[in-house]
Amino acid sequence: MSDERILKFHILRYNPQVKGDVPTMKTYEVKEAPGMTIFIALNDIRENHDPSLQFDFICRAGICGSCAMIINGHPDLACRTLTSKFPDGEIKLLPLPGFELIGDLSVNTGKFMRAMSERVESWIHDKYADSVDLDRLEERMEPDIAEQIYELERCVECGCCVSACATKRMRDGFLTAVGFMRLARYALDPRDKRSDEEFYEIVGDDEGVFGCMTLLGCQDYCPKDLPHQTQIAYLRRRMALVK
Amino acid sequence: MKIVYTDSLIIGGGLAGLRIAIAARQRGYDSIVLSLMPAKRSHSAAAQGGMQASLGASIKGEGDNEDVHFEDTVKGSDWGCDQDVARMFVNTAPKAIRQLCAWGVPWSRVRKGDREVVINGQKVTITEKDEAHGLITSRDFGGTKKWRTCFTSDGTGHTMLYAMDNKAIQLGIPVHERKEAIAIIHEDGVCHGAVVRDLITGELIAYIAKATVIATGGYGRLYAVTTNAVISEGIGNAIALETGVAPLGNMEAVQFHPTAIVPVGILTTEGCRGDGGLLLDKDGYRFMPDYEPGKKELASRDVVSRRMTEHIRKGKGVPSRYGDHLWLDITLLGRAHIEKNLREVKEICEYFLGIDPVKEYIPVRPTQHYSMGGVRTKPTGESPTMRGLFSAGEAACWDMHGFNRLGGNSVAETVVAGMIVGEYVADYCAENPLKIDTKLIEKFMDREKEKISTLLSREKGESAFALKKEMQQIMMDKVGIFRNEADLSQAVEELKLLHQRSKNIALRHKIASSNPELVEAIRVPKMIRLAQCVAYGAMLRKESRGAHAREDYPERNDRDWLKRTLTFWKDENADLPEVQYEELDVMKMEMPPGSRGYGVDNTIHHPDTEKRVAQLEEIKKANPSADRFEMQRLLNPIEIPEKFRGKNERIGKGFK
Ligand SMILES: Cc1cc2nc3c(=O)[nH]c(=O)nc-3n(C[C@H](O)[C@H](O)[C@H](O)COP(=O)(O)OP(=O)(O)OC[C@H]3O[C@@H](n4cnc5c(N)ncnc54)[C@H](O)[C@@H]3O)c2cc1C
Ligand code: SF4
Ligand code: SF4
Ligand code: FES
Repeated sequence: MSDERILKFHILRYNPQVKGDVPTMKTYEVKEAPGMTIFIALNDIRENHDPSLQFDFICRAGICGSCAMIINGHPDLACRTLTSKFPDGEIKLLPLPGFELIGDLSVNTGKFMRAMSERVESWIHDKYADSVDLDRLEERMEPDIAEQIYELERCVECGCCVSACATKRMRDGFLTAVGFMRLARYALDPRDKRSDEEFYEIVGDDEGVFGCMTLLGCQDYCPKDLPHQTQIAYLRRRMALVK
Repeated sequence: MKIVYTDSLIIGGGLAGLRIAIAARQRGYDSIVLSLMPAKRSHSAAAQGGMQASLGASIKGEGDNEDVHFEDTVKGSDWGCDQDVARMFVNTAPKAIRQLCAWGVPWSRVRKGDREVVINGQKVTITEKDEAHGLITSRDFGGTKKWRTCFTSDGTGHTMLYAMDNKAIQLGIPVHERKEAIAIIHEDGVCHGAVVRDLITGELIAYIAKATVIATGGYGRLYAVTTNAVISEGIGNAIALETGVAPLGNMEAVQFHPTAIVPVGILTTEGCRGDGGLLLDKDGYRFMPDYEPGKKELASRDVVSRRMTEHIRKGKGVPSRYGDHLWLDITLLGRAHIEKNLREVKEICEYFLGIDPVKEYIPVRPTQHYSMGGVRTKPTGESPTMRGLFSAGEAACWDMHGFNRLGGNSVAETVVAGMIVGEYVADYCAENPLKIDTKLIEKFMDREKEKISTLLSREKGESAFALKKEMQQIMMDKVGIFRNEADLSQAVEELKLLHQRSKNIALRHKIASSNPELVEAIRVPKMIRLAQCVAYGAMLRKESRGAHAREDYPERNDRDWLKRTLTFWKDENADLPEVQYEELDVMKMEMPPGSRGYGVDNTIHHPDTEKRVAQLEEIKKANPSADRFEMQRLLNPIEIPEKFRGKNERIGKGFK
């Protein structure tokens, strides 16, 4: 029976906080249980084999975007990856590339995402937003527009798209798909009063949409299925019209 | 010694913490937010269902207003809440949601014309009015008279948290990530900040502030199976408790959500039932109408969870290797609705259960979900006994939920409390100088350093992981949905032993920098103390109220128990917390205790209830021309910051 399987986890271990530590692959054996996810398995390893193993889980439900890592070669959310997906029971885990490593499977996505938010000015630009009369009816919005904005806002800042991006590997300052999605979200929002020229200032160069090679690693690995292809194409067209 | 100074120190980067930081910043005070993780990953992001605010734009919300919301909230709380706070809350909630609208939340909107919905198992057509088109819409949720729960498709908390964090980024508010507050710095009943551990380097840092706010979320992880995030461990509550000065309120009030998936406990939102989903037993039979003919699946959470447990105990559960469960059926809602408004639920079913909820039933069971208890505060959010210490959100016992909170009232609380408490935090910053006494800081820093080096140097001892597991199991088995004296007193004894053992934790991995085992070793003794507060408070409370259900005392006993539990941990070497009670004054209630209209009504009444009812009648008679606002001021005059006092506009009603 499959629940009797012994899984083999090969995990990259490295703690930059410890002087002299060097990256090494270590293997741990875990007895599979029905419905086991990588979240459950890693906690098992931490509790029973090696309490120093570092990784980040918060919601363990595929909602918060904390737990992205490279699972058998592909970026994905570890908490919602069932071990039963791997027929040979061999699971290789690496930290998400493209981010500062904290230790083992833990990377500093927070720092990257805050910088991204500051760069695209990820907020509603409306000088009246803070003087809105809160007692009055809210400004109306077409139900369809609200839904479209939500579609882009579903991004959980997991970083999978960043790690899958070839351009980012070559050019460190490249905004990456998560930034494009965020920008597209605000460009779509009637409450944001920025002009196309202002958006152009943010993404109208090689570090922005014009650097993108549209190989779409981002779309392939986005766990929330954001429409990268259409949005990047749309941004490029819109930005191309500015100058 | 590393010291960071600021005006307001906000421990917690969820909705509540961020909103307070924004309020303080907008009033000109510096704030620093601490968080275990990036703020956008806080558990607030997991709220799928919605936020209650009486906007009344959707046709099924017509006639809604603050008064109806107030009534639902007080009933939901089983009269355990602070009615002044509930009033402040319901009056401000519409403003909170409208502000979030201006800050970017893409709330789902009313679409004019016909729409098919499922009500009570039947497909019905409702017609939204033309003039409401484009306003924020709402859905049905448990325990509410009107459709009042506003939402963003299936990602309400996510969009709220993103808007809030983005606003904080716009204002340049620093969020210090991967930092854990492990002790409160205080002297003579005044709080001066916190000792904080950097989770990457292991360094201890003193954050010194005029005002300190605990907004660390709930303590669901005291239980083995919970819908809560793995970081909902109650450490904020514990460090308040460990001051010996600040009390926790109503820690025994723990909510179980009817529909978490089996076995892992991930939540399927109340929106499933709100939108028309049904609960079925092993025979495919819809049993809730037999127990609750009125509200059926949509009675309040405590009631539905208990009815489900009762039904399982009658042998009607579906057997599985993880114990018995029931079915949640949303197949009748149809693919289009599920893929749009319940997509997160669909994803969860696919990824964690391997089923398609469009075609198959979802295995569910009541599971620990929400912590009504927390750091006891005054209506201003400040601790009644420690100046400069504030709390808000799920971590607080501000007390608008009493013994049961309604779905959708929690994210609403985080934002509303954030707005209101934020103003009082700013006031406090205005009135108080930053006190800097390095001796005092040193004392607290040394104490924490000492504790950590003891942990790191102990050769042999207990495993923090194992202690935690034992604690979680005790809480599950003996302090759960139904409680009784025998189980509770056993739990209290067993937890006492665990508390003793937790003084002897040793590590296998002895390094002071990023080290998950050390994190656990610091937290687990704190968690055990919280568990003791919950279990002990539950043992002492000999009545049933809201989520606290005693099999041996099934009646709600207003005569003896219309009071709030306060737990202190005054003596560091004590084995148990100290318990005191705070009376709720019936003679001040806008809505004196009565029947909830669902669940069993076997209340032992308070002697003042009749008096108060008569008094209210007299006031109403004596003021025949008072409108509902004047009447509320007569019955329940409340203090609220100036800027939130305006009347709320509604479509078709204006400001009436
Ligand atoms: C699955 C799920 C679904 C829910 N759905 C709904 C819903 O539909 N509607 C509704 O109204 N409510 C819902 N709730 C409840 C609601 O989401 C929470 O009560 C609310 O979001 C709590 O917000 P908060 O700001 O108080 O805390 P949280 O969002 O939990 O944030 C806590 C913060 O504190 C930080 N922190 C914790 N400890 C420390 C420490 N020691 N030092 C430093 N930082 C610390 C964390 O990093 C985090 O940033 C749901 C809850 C769950 C579990
Ligand atoms: S399409 Fe553009 S953003 Fe996406 S992975 Fe390729 S280069 Fe990166
Ligand atoms: S766009 Fe997708 S892959 Fe990229 S961060 Fe957002 S959710 Fe993750
Ligand atoms: S832990 Fe939240 S997405 Fe995996």
